[in-house]
Amino acid sequence: MLSFLSKRLLVALLVCVTVSALSFGLMFLSGDPAIAIAGSGGRAEDAEAIRVAYGFDRPLVIQYLDWIGSALTGDLGQSIYFNVPVTEIIGNRVGVTLTLGFISFLVALVIAVPLGIAAALRPNGWIDRIALVIAVSGQAIPSFWLGLMAIVVFGVWYGMVPISGAETWQGYILPVVVLSYYAIPELMRITRSGMIDVLATDYVRAAKAKGLPMHLVISRHALRNAVLPLVSLAAVQLGQLLSGSIVIESVFALNGLGRLAWESLLRSDLPVVQAIILILSLLYVVLTTLADILNAVLDPRLRGAS
Amino acid sequence: MAELSTQAARPSIWRKMRGNTGALIGGTLLAVIVLIALFAPLLAPHDPVAQDLTRRLLPPFWHDRSVPEHLLGTDHLGRDYLSRLIYGARVSLGVGLGVILVSGAIGITLGLLAGYFGGWVDMVISFAITTRLSLPIVLVALAAVALGGASLTTLITVLGLLLWDRFAVVTRAAAQSLRHQEFIMGLRAIGASRARILFLEILPNMRATILVVVSLEVANVILLEAALSFLGLGVRPPTPSWGLMISEGRDNILFDPWLIALPGTALCLLVLAVNLFGDGMRDITGPVRK
Repeated sequence: MLSFLSKRLLVALLVCVTVSALSFGLMFLSGDPAIAIAGSGGRAEDAEAIRVAYGFDRPLVIQYLDWIGSALTGDLGQSIYFNVPVTEIIGNRVGVTLTLGFISFLVALVIAVPLGIAAALRPNGWIDRIALVIAVSGQAIPSFWLGLMAIVVFGVWYGMVPISGAETWQGYILPVVVLSYYAIPELMRITRSGMIDVLATDYVRAAKAKGLPMHLVISRHALRNAVLPLVSLAAVQLGQLLSGSIVIESVFALNGLGRLAWESLLRSDLPVVQAIILILSLLYVVLTTLADILNAVLDPRLRGAS
Repeated sequence: MAELSTQAARPSIWRKMRGNTGALIGGTLLAVIVLIALFAPLLAPHDPVAQDLTRRLLPPFWHDRSVPEHLLGTDHLGRDYLSRLIYGARVSLGVGLGVILVSGAIGITLGLLAGYFGGWVDMVISFAITTRLSLPIVLVALAAVALGGASLTTLITVLGLLLWDRFAVVTRAAAQSLRHQEFIMGLRAIGASRARILFLEILPNMRATILVVVSLEVANVILLEAALSFLGLGVRPPTPSWGLMISEGRDNILFDPWLIALPGTALCLLVLAVNLFGDGMRDITGPVRK
């Protein structure tokens, strides 16, 4: 277990370093960040002044080490647009994204897992067919479009929910519905296929044969093993919900991280964009690493394999 | 016991039948959309970018105020909506194919190398896959397009460089299982070159697997392009992209919700067609782990 843990953590650490270098390097994709900040109409002297002021004239490696060094102490630089620390701006916005992401994730799990189990118990039964329709449509409908249509129908026509903003909790209803609908298909499919595999095993057949009631067969024997692939996928999905809410936040005018990143891109506020990419990537690494460790705890067979 | 055996037998037959009808419906729908995209100049009644400010926001045919020349109405600049929808199919399919060519080439090559050679090659490539997966796709794509200058070429390059992971994961697994098969061992024994074994023997054996990934990824790319264009950092106006049309119609959704309903429906139909086709192929050719 200890060697599995240390190997896994080492990989996670290496990924973090690479990801940080990538999000740092992204800033230089435009060629010269000083010109990007000065704007296309900016004069050469302005760009030169910016280059010196932000230290862009130093070697790249030094700039990166400087940036990552400050990031480790919790300093992600200054926003060029607002001229306040990036951490302060992000701190104001991160709550909305986390709330939206976690609630949507929980809603998706609460719907997808029971539906997946029910579908697996009777493949091709009516529940399975409904589940299939939900999965197929959920994967085909673009979430930003579903959000807009929901605003038209429930916000404008029926006036049931506020059409934008998250000043009240009702503002979260539509975004959560849309985001969880996006996450449900894959979670449900993996629960269903995991359950079907497990239900065909000898130990489940033995449990049935000894006369154990079906709900106990499922909860004591089947679900524990079917849940293993679900844990990994759930971590991936939660990461995607947190980072993928960028489009939904802009549709519903929610002031979260995604919208902040988009606005910052439009006003060339690169330090903010870098910081958000870094934070979301690290969050993803942490989530997937935790899922791997959790899986190893749940399934002793995995510890030897890795 | 009797119940158990019928339960076990039913899914496979049903799944295959359902898969085939799905593939049939999806394939037909996809073929229709591809034909529409190919013959767009012949089918479109108007120039998709020609503006007529005297005929702005005309409604589609089911409204009273509609005019027969503009079957599906006009947008806020008086451009014919049907023509824009028809040309929009070209953008979605074109970006889908372009990205798949780039991402497929990268992902399949990396997956083949990692799966066939194993060892440190596999370690390095697997690490690259893990790193790629932890990057937030939409955000990185937005940033890259914004900084690299929004154009169709940038969009295709950026998405191609970002979306190779599933190709790599799947070909890696397939190459791992093929590597120990007898015919490959035999080829090695007679001294066939590595390049020949990899690209002329192993690769053709994965055709079915790769086809399934292609369909999954095309759907993914089409949705991403729409989302990026919707956010204003994908396809540039006045090119008629369905995502861009939804974004342009957004200001008028209060009184003219059909402006977003139509391109959205087109997107759903296309993605549905690709997914049904892909799912059907997966069922017919055997399971693929994502």
